[in-house]
Amino acid sequence: MHFAFTPDQEALRTEARRWLDERYPPERVAELADSETGWDPASWAELAELGWLGVSVAEDEGGAGLGFLEEAVLFEELGRALYPGPYFSTVALALPLLGAEERAAVAAGATRWSAQVDGLVSDLAIVDRVLAAGGPVAADGESVETMDATRRLGRLATSAGDAAIDRPRVRAALALEAVGIAQRALDWGVQHAKERQQFGKAIGVYQAVSHSLVDAFMATELSRSLAYWAAWCVAEDDEQAPTAAAAAKAYAAEAAVSACERSIQVHGGIGFTWEHPLHRYYKRAQWIQAFDGFPARQRAEIAAALVGSK
Amino acid sequence: MQLRDSAEETAFRDEVRAWLAHNLPDDLRGRRGGAARFEEWGREWSRKLGEAGYAALTWPREYGGGGAPYSHQAILLEELAKSQAPGHIGVIGLGMAGPTIIVHGTDEQKSRYLPKILSAEEIWCQGFSEPGAGSDLASVRTRAELSDGRYVVNGQKVWSSYAHLADWCILVTLSDPDAPRYQGLTYLLVDMHAPGVEVRPLTQITGEAEFNEIFFADVEVPVENVIGEPGQGWQVAMTTLMHERAALGFALSGAFEVAVRKLLELAGSRDLDDRLRDRIAETWIELQALKWTNYRALTRLMETGAPGPEASVPKLHWSEANQRLGKLALELLGPEAQVTDGDGYWQWLQLRSRGNTIEAGTSEILRNIVAERVLGLPKGR
Repeated sequence: MHFAFTPDQEALRTEARRWLDERYPPERVAELADSETGWDPASWAELAELGWLGVSVAEDEGGAGLGFLEEAVLFEELGRALYPGPYFSTVALALPLLGAEERAAVAAGATRWSAQVDGLVSDLAIVDRVLAAGGPVAADGESVETMDATRRLGRLATSAGDAAIDRPRVRAALALEAVGIAQRALDWGVQHAKERQQFGKAIGVYQAVSHSLVDAFMATELSRSLAYWAAWCVAEDDEQAPTAAAAAKAYAAEAAVSACERSIQVHGGIGFTWEHPLHRYYKRAQWIQAFDGFPARQRAEIAAALVGSK
Repeated sequence: MQLRDSAEETAFRDEVRAWLAHNLPDDLRGRRGGAARFEEWGREWSRKLGEAGYAALTWPREYGGGGAPYSHQAILLEELAKSQAPGHIGVIGLGMAGPTIIVHGTDEQKSRYLPKILSAEEIWCQGFSEPGAGSDLASVRTRAELSDGRYVVNGQKVWSSYAHLADWCILVTLSDPDAPRYQGLTYLLVDMHAPGVEVRPLTQITGEAEFNEIFFADVEVPVENVIGEPGQGWQVAMTTLMHERAALGFALSGAFEVAVRKLLELAGSRDLDDRLRDRIAETWIELQALKWTNYRALTRLMETGAPGPEASVPKLHWSEANQRLGKLALELLGPEAQVTDGDGYWQWLQLRSRGNTIEAGTSEILRNIVAERVLGLPKGR
C-alpha cells in the first residue's frame, strides 16, 4: 500500500504548475475567457510539444507511453490554472475511444476532439471532430451561450445520439479538475483572510471566517483522496473504478462549488466582482457539477450498487 | 501509487484473518461500544488481543508491542472492522497513557506500566478537563504540592472516561501557581485506588455512565510517578493529545465501516425512497473519503516521519459524518425509531455520536487548530 504519486509524477506536477503559472496567470485566462473564441489556438502546439497530449498514447504512436496517473496530475493542474482549451474534451472524452492513427494525430497536436454527452458537445467550436453514437462526425453545429466561458458548449447540426464515453475515466478527470479548482479558491480565500484588516485585525482571526475556510480545506482534502483513489482505479482498470469515479465526481464537484462560494463570501464585495478571477472558477466548478449529471445522478448509481435497484 | 497490499502486507492480513476466524466468538461480533464492553467479555477479549501482539502493534517490541509498521496497524483495524470484532477496552492506556510513557517515561516506568496496559490487567483514565478548564487546558487548578518527598494532590477533574473502572490516571496538575502560564504544570501517574480518590459516575445522554467526575483530597503521589520533569506537564500533555488524535484515524474509519455495513443491512430490509437512497450513497462516499484520506496520511507519515495537513481531517470529518449516519439510521427505522429492542444499537449510536464532536478536542477547537497550524491564519487569542 502506497498512496502517493511517484517522484517522476511529482516532477511532472512541478513542471506543469510552473508552465501554467507563467503562461496562464489569471489575467491571461480572463482575457481569453472574454475573447470571441475563448482560447489561444497557438497553445495547442505547445501542449503537444510538452508531451501532454500524448501522455497515455503509446510510444510507437508518438506518445509518452505513460498512464492515467500522469494524466491525473495534469487534469488537476489544468483545473487549478483554469486552462481554456479542449484538453479535457480531447484527452478524457475522446482519446480513450480512438484508433491508433487518430491517437497519433492527437499526440502530435494535429486533431482536436470532443464527444456528445447528454446532447451537448464541450468545446464544439474549437475542435475538429466529435464522437457521437454512430462514430466520429465533423464538428459542425452551433455553439450555445454558456455560464462558463472557458469551456463552452455546443450542439451538433446532425441529430446524433450520445457517444459511449469511458465514464469512469471522464468522471475521474472531472474530479481531479475540481480538486485543482477547489484548492485555488481556498488558497485565495486564505490569502485574503490573512491580508484584509477590519476592526484593526486580519479578518482570519474571526472564527466565522476561519472555520468556513477550514470546512473548505477539509472538503478539498477529502475530495483529493477520492479523486486520487478513482484515478488509481482507472489506471489499473480496477473493478471498483465505476463506483470510485462516481463517488469522486459527485463529492469533488460539490466541494469545488462550495469552496468557491466560501471564498467569494470571505472576499466580500471584491469576490462578487467580474474583476476578481474567482467567478470563473465558480462557473467551472458548476460546469463540472452539471456535466454527466448533478451529483444526485452519481449517488443514485452508487445506491443501486449498494442496496440494489429500485 | 499502489493501493493493493504488498506480498508482505497480504501475508499479515491473512495471518490476522486466520487469527480472527479462530479466536473471535460469533456472539462478540457486532457488539456495540460504550460501557457494555467492560463486562467480562471485554477484558477476556482484550487479553487475547494482547497475547497475540495485536493490542499495540506499533509499540516497540521491548515494551511488549509488535514493533510493526503503521501499515500493519491499518490492516489490523480494517480486519477487526470487517469481522465486526470489538476493540481492546484499554482505550486510554493504549492510545494516550502508553504512548506518553514511551516518549517521556523512565525505563522503570515503562516496564512497570506498559505490559499491564497491553494485557488489560490495568485500565487507565485521563484527568485533564476540569469544571473551569475544558478547551483551555493550561488553566487547570488541581494542585500538586511537593511536601516530604511526595506530591499531595487536591482538586477535581471531570469528563473522565472509564475512571469508575480505572486503576491508574494520567493527571495534569498545577504544581507551581507562580510560574508563567504553560510552565507550572506537572504530569502525574496517580493510583486510582489510593486513599482520597473519589469517583462519581456521570450519566450520559445514552443512560450509560462511561465518564466521571474525580475528586482528589490529599491524595499522596510518590515523586517517581512524575512523567517528564516537574513543570513540564504542558509539553507532556501535548504528546498525549497528539497521540490521541494521530492514532485515531484508522480506528475511526474502522468503527465507521462497521456502522456503514450495519446501515446497509438495515437498508436492505426497508422501503427506500430516492432521498434515503441518496443519503445512503452519501454516507458510503463519506466512508471512502475518510478511509482514503487515512491512507494518504499514512503514506506521508511512513515516508517523511511527520504527519501532513491531511492528518488533521479524519477526526473532524468522522465525528460529523457519524452524527449524520446516526440520524439516517433512525430515519430508516421510521416510526420504530423509538423502540430500543435488542441492544438498541442505532439509538445508542445516534445519542453517543453527539459526544463525538466534543470529546478529544471539540470541533471548534480542532477548527481553530487547523486554521492556525495548517492554513496559517492569524491566531485569535
